[in-house]
Amino acid sequence: MISGMTELRHKYLRHHKKFPHVWCPGCGNGIVLGAFIRAIERLNLKKDDIVFASGIGCSGRMPTYVDFNTLHTTHGRALTFATGIKLAKPSLNVIVVMGDGDATAIGGNHFIHAARRNLDLTAVIINNQIYGMTGGQASPTTPYGAQSTTSPFSNIEHAFSIAELAVAAGASFVARGTVYHAAQLDKLIEKGIRKKGFSVIEVMSNCHVQFGRRNEMGDPVTMLKWFKDHAVSKDDGSSLPPDSLHDKFTVGILADEDKPNYIEAYKEIREKSQRN
Amino acid sequence: MNAIQTGEKRRMKHELNGKKFLLQGNEAMAEGAIAAGCRFFAGYPITPASEISERMSYRLPQVDGTFIQMEDEISSLGAVIGASLAGVKSMTATSGPGFSLMQENLGYACMTETPCVVVNVMRGGPSTGLPTSPAQGDVLQARWGTHGDHPVIVLSVSSVSECFSITVTAFNLSEKYRVPVVVLSDEVVAHSRETFTIPTADSIEVADRIVPNVPPEWYKPYEDNSRGVPPMAPMGDGYRHHVTGLAHDARGFPTERPDEIEAFSNRQFRKITNGFFEIQITKKLTVEDAEIVVIAYGSVARSARRAVAMARSQGIKAGLIQLVTLFPFPKNTVVNLMRQCKAVIVPEMNMGQISREVKRVNTGLTEVYKYNRIDGKLITPMEIFEEIQKI
Amino acid sequence: MDVDRFEIRLSGSGGQGIILAAIILAEAAGIFEGYHVSQTQSYGPEARGGRCKAEVVISSRQIDYPKAVQLDMMLAMNQASCDAYCFDFKPNGLLLVDSGLVEQVPTSRAVFLPFTKIAREVAGKDLVANIVALGALGYFCPLLTNKNLEAALTARVPPETVKINSKALQAGFKAAEEFDLNSLPRSIIPEEEEEI
Repeated sequence: MISGMTELRHKYLRHHKKFPHVWCPGCGNGIVLGAFIRAIERLNLKKDDIVFASGIGCSGRMPTYVDFNTLHTTHGRALTFATGIKLAKPSLNVIVVMGDGDATAIGGNHFIHAARRNLDLTAVIINNQIYGMTGGQASPTTPYGAQSTTSPFSNIEHAFSIAELAVAAGASFVARGTVYHAAQLDKLIEKGIRKKGFSVIEVMSNCHVQFGRRNEMGDPVTMLKWFKDHAVSKDDGSSLPPDSLHDKFTVGILADEDKPNYIEAYKEIREKSQRN
Repeated sequence: MNAIQTGEKRRMKHELNGKKFLLQGNEAMAEGAIAAGCRFFAGYPITPASEISERMSYRLPQVDGTFIQMEDEISSLGAVIGASLAGVKSMTATSGPGFSLMQENLGYACMTETPCVVVNVMRGGPSTGLPTSPAQGDVLQARWGTHGDHPVIVLSVSSVSECFSITVTAFNLSEKYRVPVVVLSDEVVAHSRETFTIPTADSIEVADRIVPNVPPEWYKPYEDNSRGVPPMAPMGDGYRHHVTGLAHDARGFPTERPDEIEAFSNRQFRKITNGFFEIQITKKLTVEDAEIVVIAYGSVARSARRAVAMARSQGIKAGLIQLVTLFPFPKNTVVNLMRQCKAVIVPEMNMGQISREVKRVNTGLTEVYKYNRIDGKLITPMEIFEEIQKI
Repeated sequence: MDVDRFEIRLSGSGGQGIILAAIILAEAAGIFEGYHVSQTQSYGPEARGGRCKAEVVISSRQIDYPKAVQLDMMLAMNQASCDAYCFDFKPNGLLLVDSGLVEQVPTSRAVFLPFTKIAREVAGKDLVANIVALGALGYFCPLLTNKNLEAALTARVPPETVKINSKALQAGFKAAEEFDLNSLPRSIIPEEEEEI
């Protein structure tokens, strides 16, 4: 097992001068990166055929470390660049990693429109409920009543549920996982990449340094345990009494639909335009 | 204005090269882009630039290209840069409000040296301003709009035929120098229809970006060379590398080392300076013996042409320099004429943006007068003629 | 015919097809007669209603200034546009107005023809009034022939409407033909009229 992981590391991580990485010890981003690499390995995709793009924030640094065609874009805009790449070269597998602020605040409009458009992209959104890199400011997923450096008296805004937002916006595949449920996460990412159409995998992750520390969960273990205790499987959720679910969140696959995707539809547009 | 009338659609089914059409400036820009090899366009509707999107949505699929309407102008330029990174020549077109939104990703294109063409059909501003009226208020924004010190090429067009030819030039310069090129049009040029014969394909010079000829493991995407323009590998062709808006080293990875950052920044400016001979484009009219020289660009250059002809017919030795390239500012051409003339007049549909440049390069050689109009109306030949007469 | 600048302005309200008429006129002169042409317009935010103005400059040479400087001809399809855009006329410039929609004109060289009424008669709808007016413009414009105007019209309008548009064009041409231009002064400047 360990030797297998070492092998993966050598195969997919960039060796030259890119380490140590910028993430804090115990950060959930490493678990997400691991799950992503294992998914790629299982899909047996060629490294040359993968584009890995990101926006800004801690998640934004992730592509730097892996040996694919990698792209670190502007804040919130990763999906727009990915859209251009995919349309220009549909044979590429384009995967985008974003943070919660990145994807649903500054990039919120791009996010819902990418879902509506149903272009074959995979969006992995790491939700740590805070702006980590800039120092712990409140994000669109910071819970109501939580502390942050810009809500020092408690957060009075309500949080987005990213996965549910993606479902409503029309994404073909939507799943939620956590960094605690690492084995499940591998599979969700793998399924998301496999899916033809826009797929979203929201990953609940820990930022114990910027979020946990201010909200009585100052170490990674406490935060991971919180995920364990508050995650409810999609299948179990429906059978549980609603009252017991008020502080819980659903994990698993929330949507998996087949609908016409943009690339296929555009091929028909081209044919139509060329018909005389 | 619906650009694509039924008759137009019917004609667009056929081979267009070598045929004469009555085209709008906006339509000619789309045709110029396609002739230059543009195969990706992303845009968002805005007056007075929408006809470019409309024509591209119709024409690109015909030539196996891709058109997409994005959710805003930010995403439009994002998609354009993405497509260009994947090796496809790309363009977007907008007007002032959208151009403001594009500044963020314009900087990204500068930093990552990604070729792309951004058209700004200028209308009255600031803010929503005058959507259906011409202006030239975005000249300095085109030069300095995105944050940080950066080089950029800004071209301007004054006629339907230039909308075609300068768009081709914009793509060529963008690909050759790995730099975004901004093309400034204005409402008058964009919506004027003029007869124009689309050149045959073999008469159009098209430049493509240089791709690496070394094995992937040797490839450094931002390594200096004599031209200062590194070869660019399209994504997915085996040359896996990193692209970032952060300051980066020759391999493309983030760096904070002053020596690497300085070398990178200097190269950005050097590559443009090296190309002045072909980047700085001007057109001259009766300047050989001119005592009064009008410096104009965009639709105002058309009025200036007539004004200069009117002055000549009255025996006044007047000439015109039409600036096609606004930035890098064609200093040498302008200074050389300043040495011979008594006065320079700079008419603009703004309060004096290019006249600042003209004054900057005038080291006591001549008198510089500006003539400005900001009421949403094109400066007329008579107004410029009267300014010439006053001197 | 060698011409330095021949300038025509068409005006009316949005939705009357003013710009389309200007485009067809410009294509007839530019594509079919081989002149240099420049066609410009100004309009407000309204797609229907409001005021709308289009101009066509025709020349044997490259056109420098693309907009009209001194008009040879103008068309006004309603009173508001006649009031707003009737300026910069050459002394022998000719104004064409829809007699059903324009009552007052600022020049003695005005041709009143019932474009909209003719449209209703030949096509059963007001919609082609612009084409009727175009036919009349074509008749009075020395640079255009009926044949080339017809060709430009056929190339531009949807195929299923060619017949009706062609009928409208010819009706406009005929109405203009019946108008006695000699009934108007040759110039708005009296002395000039005498000289001519």
